[in-house]
Amino acid sequence: MDYSQFFNMIPEAGLIAVLVIVFLADLILKGEKKHSVLSLLTGALFICQTALCFYAEPASVFGGCYESTQAANVMKIILTAGAFIVLVMSQSWLERADVKNKEGEYYELIISTLLGMYVMISSGHFLMFFLGLEMASVPMACLVAFDKFKKNSAEGAAKFILTATFSSGVMLYGISFIYGAVGTLYFGDVAAQISASPLTILGLVFFFSGLGFKISLVPFHFWTADTYQGAPTAVTGYLSVVSKGAAAFALMTILMKVFAPMVEYWEYLMYIVILLTITIANLFALRQKELKRFMAFSSISQAGYIMLAVIGNSAMGLTALMYYVLIYVAANMAVFTIINVVETRGNGNTKMNCYDGFYGTNPKLSFLMTLALFSLAGIPPFAGMFCKFFVFMAAAEQGSTLAYLVVFIALLNTVPSLYYYLKIVKCMYINQTETPLPTFKSDNNTRFALALCTIGILLFGVCSCVYDWLAQAAGM
Amino acid sequence: MLLGLWAARDIKQVRTVMVIGSSCLLAMSIWLTLHFIGERAAGNTEEMILQSSTVWFAPLHINYAVGVDGISVVMLLLSSIIVFTGTFASWKLQPLTKEFFMWFTLLSTGVYGFFISIDLFTMFMFYEVALIPMYLLIGYWGSGRKEYAAMKLTLMLMGGSALIILGLVGIYFFNGASTMNILEIAHNNHIPDAVQNVLFPFVFIGFGVLGALFPFHTWSPIGHGCAPTSVSMLHAGVLMKLGGYGCFRIAMFLLPHAAQDLAWIFLILTTISVVYGAFSACVQTDLKFINAYSSVSHCGLVLFALLMMTKVSCTGAILQMLSHGLMTALFFALIGMIYGRTHTRDIRKLGGLMKIMPFLSVGYVIAGLANLGLPGFSGFIAEMTIFTGSFENPDTFHRCCTIIAITSIVVTAVYILRTVGFILFEKVKDEHYLTLTDATWDERFAVCCLIFCVAGLGSFPLWASNAITDAVTPILQVVNL
Repeated sequence: MDYSQFFNMIPEAGLIAVLVIVFLADLILKGEKKHSVLSLLTGALFICQTALCFYAEPASVFGGCYESTQAANVMKIILTAGAFIVLVMSQSWLERADVKNKEGEYYELIISTLLGMYVMISSGHFLMFFLGLEMASVPMACLVAFDKFKKNSAEGAAKFILTATFSSGVMLYGISFIYGAVGTLYFGDVAAQISASPLTILGLVFFFSGLGFKISLVPFHFWTADTYQGAPTAVTGYLSVVSKGAAAFALMTILMKVFAPMVEYWEYLMYIVILLTITIANLFALRQKELKRFMAFSSISQAGYIMLAVIGNSAMGLTALMYYVLIYVAANMAVFTIINVVETRGNGNTKMNCYDGFYGTNPKLSFLMTLALFSLAGIPPFAGMFCKFFVFMAAAEQGSTLAYLVVFIALLNTVPSLYYYLKIVKCMYINQTETPLPTFKSDNNTRFALALCTIGILLFGVCSCVYDWLAQAAGM
Repeated sequence: MLLGLWAARDIKQVRTVMVIGSSCLLAMSIWLTLHFIGERAAGNTEEMILQSSTVWFAPLHINYAVGVDGISVVMLLLSSIIVFTGTFASWKLQPLTKEFFMWFTLLSTGVYGFFISIDLFTMFMFYEVALIPMYLLIGYWGSGRKEYAAMKLTLMLMGGSALIILGLVGIYFFNGASTMNILEIAHNNHIPDAVQNVLFPFVFIGFGVLGALFPFHTWSPIGHGCAPTSVSMLHAGVLMKLGGYGCFRIAMFLLPHAAQDLAWIFLILTTISVVYGAFSACVQTDLKFINAYSSVSHCGLVLFALLMMTKVSCTGAILQMLSHGLMTALFFALIGMIYGRTHTRDIRKLGGLMKIMPFLSVGYVIAGLANLGLPGFSGFIAEMTIFTGSFENPDTFHRCCTIIAITSIVVTAVYILRTVGFILFEKVKDEHYLTLTDATWDERFAVCCLIFCVAGLGSFPLWASNAITDAVTPILQVVNL
């Protein structure tokens, strides 16, 4: 065996190294300073890891089991950066006594899920892909249940793991159909031999539902609200952004690459799923009173918008998808960072009405929150509008009347979504209350995370170089 | 200017920054106008002058492309006059002055950007920038049912822009996905006729929502009624013009075939808005609502004239935008000042203001007369041009519509004179009003500026109408091909 092949897997190898170092440091370090040293070390390693991803070259190793494209490498950078922001923002939560002693485990779990996503997006073989998916899901359940003394944290984790197992089962079943039909599991070979037959269509649908669960598309979304509410806020952020982004990217590449001969079938599937996802999630989001549940439904509907890029079935679509994920990372993480800091300072309350009068007491935080929400709602000059517009363009590029219809309905859905985002803005600015949240100073970590996100929200849209970079990576 | 506001610490600095900023803008747009007229006089016959274009998103053919023609020049001038006077009209605004002006500035940035863009994407982006700050401006600083009003306005306009996006994306792809530049698309139009007929209603209604097209105008009365003074001014004065401008520049210019085919539907709708707006204004009791319905009527007239598609009527439409912008801004400024003193806008409770605040009352009378189209003021010029132009169409349908629309002039006179009579000349209805004072210097300044512009445009309209006709001609050549 040629061991030099491992050198082509720089991002994965680097991440494993990070995992080992953090693990060892967690074992060795003792005493008062452990918290700060460990978190600094992890943070530094993540920055190195992000830098390392820039050096990754497209490669195909182990007989095509592992296939890393330029786009996948860029996606890894985005995911790593997202995970880094999660780490930074979770610091204020990690200082709490009951989680402080498990800090090392938290880092390790995050890193291993990230590793799973790496494998998932650069696999060239269905089993490899499945391995990555599981690696990204199982530790995630532990993360959701990380708040040991909160009942709904455990409940969320239970829901997550049960749905995850079930959907993995369904997916595996689908993969077995495909194997039965074409006799191979390598992406390249499957693409060459697959043709539309009842068996492969069933396989496609089953496979799709497995990923639909990860991206939380309707009708596979039932776990989302409870899990998001129960999970620690930092983990919710991670779940809603990084994990979802990775799965969306994987879905798009596989549909484009492997199921290319069956394009008319999966496009119909996408039309239906997208319409359901966006519309139902928006309707549910309208009525939420709890901010984390609300963000759950908002993220489901955002996932629907991300999926619009898949309809495009082109390099432009891939670019739009990555661009959307990147900007979504910035905007959503900003929201979750603020929810997190408010939760830690305000007795663990995440109800929407506890933000009443927030502008009066914490003008800076609520201003940033407004920027982030505006970006999520797709309002220029913030980045969200650019990525939404490009996603619509990507979908319209497909050109059929049905695609235009889907785009139209998705566009109409921006109106209710603007309504519910504005509802929070209204809480912060307009609603008055006798007992607003007290004024507090956020810690440096929170500030750092927010600064990163805000730079993203303000610049990623206006600076076209970001888009050009992604377009180049996607081969546009 | 935004940066300046960010740095400003207290209310005085905020005011200083705003005054300096808006004066600079005013000076720049006056310079632009003079420069434009000079260029034209020097024989520069390009469609758009001062063009520049920077590649923005190369793979999608999105450029940051700007340029001005006669229409945009006068619109820019209008915007800067209103921003300038709006600053003075909200001189005493409390609380959170700084935040107010920050959003206000963002809004005006959107407006300026919209008028100079000649790239579909850039234009749409600025359009959205101009819409959303309204939510906070009305929701926080407004009065009455402000939260409802703000939400309704924002959502309806967002719905409009959803339609616009679809139209823009359709225009881009069906024209070969090679350029987003409006001029290039207009002159190499490959969009099939059937597609045009589908896209046209989307774009026209999308912009029509903002231009208060009949069934989609419902945000306007409540939105204007609840907004703070300067926001009403800017919104009725400038933002509603974005709608008309968009309809003309994008819907009609880029989808000419459909504009010919489908104009009759929208012509009926606009005729309804003209007449309906005027009649509704007759029965309102809130000053701002009267004015808001009057805006519906006048903005309906803008769209009406555009759809008549003759050179004279389109020139009249743009003149009407300009004149209505100035008049409405004047109206809203005066209403804001009166409301600031009496704390009511109900015409049944007001009366005899002529004795108490003569300056404001005279201003109000002038605004009213201009609004009902008295010769010498801008309203007359605009409406005259529109109706003459519309009557140029030889067929019965267009002429009937014109005749129906002309009746609105009479109705306008009814509601203006009724209001003026009620609030200015009746007996004083509340003893407390006798203690009120007349306008302060900042208010006088704002009002005088606006009256000067209204009368100026009314007395010397030729420079504006020449510049406009000049810009309208190439567009109509495309439309009437």
